[in-house]
Amino acid sequence: MTDLTELGVAAIRDGIAKGDFTAVEVAEAFNANVAAAQEALNAFIVVTPEKALEAAKATDAKRAKGEALGIMGGVPIGMKDLFATKGVQTTAASHILEGFTPEYESTVSQKLWDAGAGMLGKLNLDQFAMGSSNETSYFGNVISPWRRKDGGNAALAPGGSSGGSSTAVSARLAPAATGTDTGGSIRQPAAFTGISGIKPTYGRCSRWGIVAFASSLDQAGPMARDVRDCAIMLEAMAGFDPKDSTSLDMPVPAWEAGLSGDLKGKKVGIPREYRMDGMDADVAASWDAGIAWLKDAGAEIVDVSLPHTKYALPAYYIIAPAEASSNLARYDGVRYGLRDLPEGSGLQDMYAATRAAGFGAEVKRRILIGTYVLSAGFYDAYYTQAQKVRTLIAQDFKNAFTLCDVILAPTAPTAAFGLGEKSDDPLAMYLNDVFAVPASLAGLPAMSVPAGLNREGLPLGLQIVGKQFDEQGVLNAGLAIEQRAAFSAKPEKWW
Amino acid sequence: MDPPPRRDAVTPFLAAKWALSAQVMSTYRIQGATGEWEVVIGLEVHAQIMTQSKLFSGAATAFGAEPNTQVSLVDAAMPGMLPVPNRECIRQAVRTGLAIQAQINKWSRFDRKNYFYADLPQGYQISQLYHPIVGEGAIEVILDDKDPEGSTKTIGIERIHVEQDAGKLMHDQHPTMSYVDLNRSGVALMEIVSRPDMRSPAEAGAYVAKLRQILRYVGSCDGNMDQGSMRADVNVSVRRPGEPFGTRTETKNVNSVRFVMAVVEQEARRQVGVIEDGGAIVQETRLYDPDKNETRSMRSKEDAHDYRYFPDPDLLPLELDDAFVEECRASLPELPDAKRHRYETALGLSAYDAAQLTLEVETYQQFEEMLGAVVKASGKLERDLAKRVANWLLSERAGVLKSIPEGAAHPKNTVEANTALIIAASEGLISGGKAKEIFAAYLTSDIDLAAEIDANKQTSDTGAIEAAIARILADNADKVAEFKGGKEALFGFFVGQTMKAMQGKANPQVVNELLRKALG
Repeated sequence: MTDLTELGVAAIRDGIAKGDFTAVEVAEAFNANVAAAQEALNAFIVVTPEKALEAAKATDAKRAKGEALGIMGGVPIGMKDLFATKGVQTTAASHILEGFTPEYESTVSQKLWDAGAGMLGKLNLDQFAMGSSNETSYFGNVISPWRRKDGGNAALAPGGSSGGSSTAVSARLAPAATGTDTGGSIRQPAAFTGISGIKPTYGRCSRWGIVAFASSLDQAGPMARDVRDCAIMLEAMAGFDPKDSTSLDMPVPAWEAGLSGDLKGKKVGIPREYRMDGMDADVAASWDAGIAWLKDAGAEIVDVSLPHTKYALPAYYIIAPAEASSNLARYDGVRYGLRDLPEGSGLQDMYAATRAAGFGAEVKRRILIGTYVLSAGFYDAYYTQAQKVRTLIAQDFKNAFTLCDVILAPTAPTAAFGLGEKSDDPLAMYLNDVFAVPASLAGLPAMSVPAGLNREGLPLGLQIVGKQFDEQGVLNAGLAIEQRAAFSAKPEKWW
Repeated sequence: MDPPPRRDAVTPFLAAKWALSAQVMSTYRIQGATGEWEVVIGLEVHAQIMTQSKLFSGAATAFGAEPNTQVSLVDAAMPGMLPVPNRECIRQAVRTGLAIQAQINKWSRFDRKNYFYADLPQGYQISQLYHPIVGEGAIEVILDDKDPEGSTKTIGIERIHVEQDAGKLMHDQHPTMSYVDLNRSGVALMEIVSRPDMRSPAEAGAYVAKLRQILRYVGSCDGNMDQGSMRADVNVSVRRPGEPFGTRTETKNVNSVRFVMAVVEQEARRQVGVIEDGGAIVQETRLYDPDKNETRSMRSKEDAHDYRYFPDPDLLPLELDDAFVEECRASLPELPDAKRHRYETALGLSAYDAAQLTLEVETYQQFEEMLGAVVKASGKLERDLAKRVANWLLSERAGVLKSIPEGAAHPKNTVEANTALIIAASEGLISGGKAKEIFAAYLTSDIDLAAEIDANKQTSDTGAIEAAIARILADNADKVAEFKGGKEALFGFFVGQTMKAMQGKANPQVVNELLRKALG
């Protein structure tokens, strides 16, 4: 019998439906991998093998009765610990929410359970999704399953903020996982670990029940082994939600059914501003390979310009912290989560003590930045200016999409770096998001697919950015690359 | 909210408004030791929007519920919760804007006002700083009900925006801790910001009363100031007449018309005292203590918050279409000024009666219901009956209801009973005074109303009255002589005697006429 943990979403769903194996067998196999890897990889904050089994039993029972299984029927998944899960601790990897158990279920996770998925556990992440290496979690670093082929055993970053998700999928602890992407938090970790991940158009997935980082940017999306699995899972996650005012009131397309790697008649834009001086040679080579693959798939390659690209990162690091500084004000020790009330102290002391103890350094840094840029006297110079840049960036894409259907670029400027290599230098860390952030600011669908390995044997990802609402175009271009890159590398098991 | 921009300049909108009616100039002055001072007042009124549920959540809004029983996950700001605007709150704000003839902004946006306090679960209040839903408008206040035309003043309204209310801290539940009740958290408020157009306590009082009246007509706020559903922040400054504005203070959460007037007066006097003693007014927030009738400092500008307003990224801009605004406009009732005007012109009522009848929604509703019933039952014209119904409501019946413990809530105080009495009086069957007596007896004892009216019918039978008059004049020949000698006051004596002889049932008008003739 095949190793069930080598299977992805489609294979598991179809195998269960055909009776090749049971959902319980699948859940047990993944539960075992989760348990075996937890100490070494620290991908999960909470493991819930019983939840995975319970959902699996329900799927098997349905099948026995001949009932229709959902589009994720019998597929166990990891849930990023930013999604509120009823009765299961939800922390956003922070101390301030340690022990917080919601009495409600996020819209997206509920949709996944309704589609037949089960939960293996709550995945580790950068604290409040702030980070690009998963080193800001209160619950410890997530260790990438990948290692450089230099003979050393340096622990590598799995990317962030969805580092638990990328590690779990890449190390075969889960066939798929949820991620959230504010400025690259799905795409960059997917690229670092050789998996696929898509951030849909802003508003496709409800934000209701997701711990907010930056409301105007946050989007949930799937992270999985391949493009088809992403399409299936995104179908389960997406949909209008009246509880989220920014949710798109549009039908969810049948993305899986619409998959096609044939790009005849399509135009792929190559943004010249993304080819920067001193670009990593392997990254540049993989980008060129991607261009060749898409040409091979029938697409026409065109040069496009996104002239305001260089302002994207600074604008992002104003807007996202500004929103975060306000979104995180609710963690005040009054109603839930951590409360640090020093003897004889008053309300202001309690706020200060609770937030000092409850937030990590990176979260504090962003709250400070956000508070600063919104302050009287600085607002226009920073926030207003950043919003103007955001408008210009969206306009850049609009203009580019008059010439092409999708845009191809690297996902990240480098492959995975070592843990600790950038954690003392926030600016170097922020630069990791340089290719990812523009699509976030414009609210566009964007995905990362594996393109190959660099000379150190580490995965590199290629990013496809599409027009608003055109997830299908993004997925199809991703599929065309996937079919030609034939990426089959996986981390050698050392844990 | 943050201090609204203050403009002494008259906007084109206000200039146009002012041109429509003569404006009274206030002569109210504070007499200081060094001369006269003028007081300048601007009001920010917070009015709770009358809806079943809160501005951004489905939780209920009933007053007086047990603490924390009307709190949704959104109101408690649980992680991942999102606001969704309540259409009815928006509708009521637009209707209110239309009622003050204001500009409706079809594109508005919500902003976050950030500050930490235990009654503010989100750590920010969702409000509208930059793009309020209602722009410039105005209301007309009447400073003297007996002379509405000569005492009208137009008060500019700068804007109305909608925002969330905060919760409430309770300091009396525990020896060392404060508790918080989130029932009010997220309740929808309209903040109605006036221009600094008022110049006396009377004008400020009239403005609040008029605003309350309009809100209650529209049905967008119940106007219950004692329950906190309407409260005012009173901005006061003083200046020498004709000089630029002085520095102002803001006295928060004043919850009655009387207190608003008291705050203006006390605060103006205090400021004049400070300035005349060589001091300067500090721009600050103050509180009013009704027991001591004084304001005192709450916090000064030095520790004022930086609220870091920015557009709420959880909410899309609010875009209204024409159909929505027109539906709001069509749903408006006849408003106080129009109604008062109609009562004077179409119904022929005095300015004073019209003002009294239109003051409260309940009063005009009763008046119109009763007038309708009386018109229907008598077949007469509204115009011929309005004065009678007004007298009955404002004077005769009001006296009776005041004298019984149940007041207007008395179960026998029905439209039918009122109508029967008004018709009987209007047809001259009984006098207004008799109707009042019968009504009092009817409410407090077990009598049959129709039979009682019948038994008290006054007669206009001239033969019987003439006979009685002839007898009285014969019996009082001396007084007749005195009367004819010029003692006019004796006429009342003859009327009294005749009425007595007729057992009070003679029509007084007929008695008057016949007596004049007999004595003539």
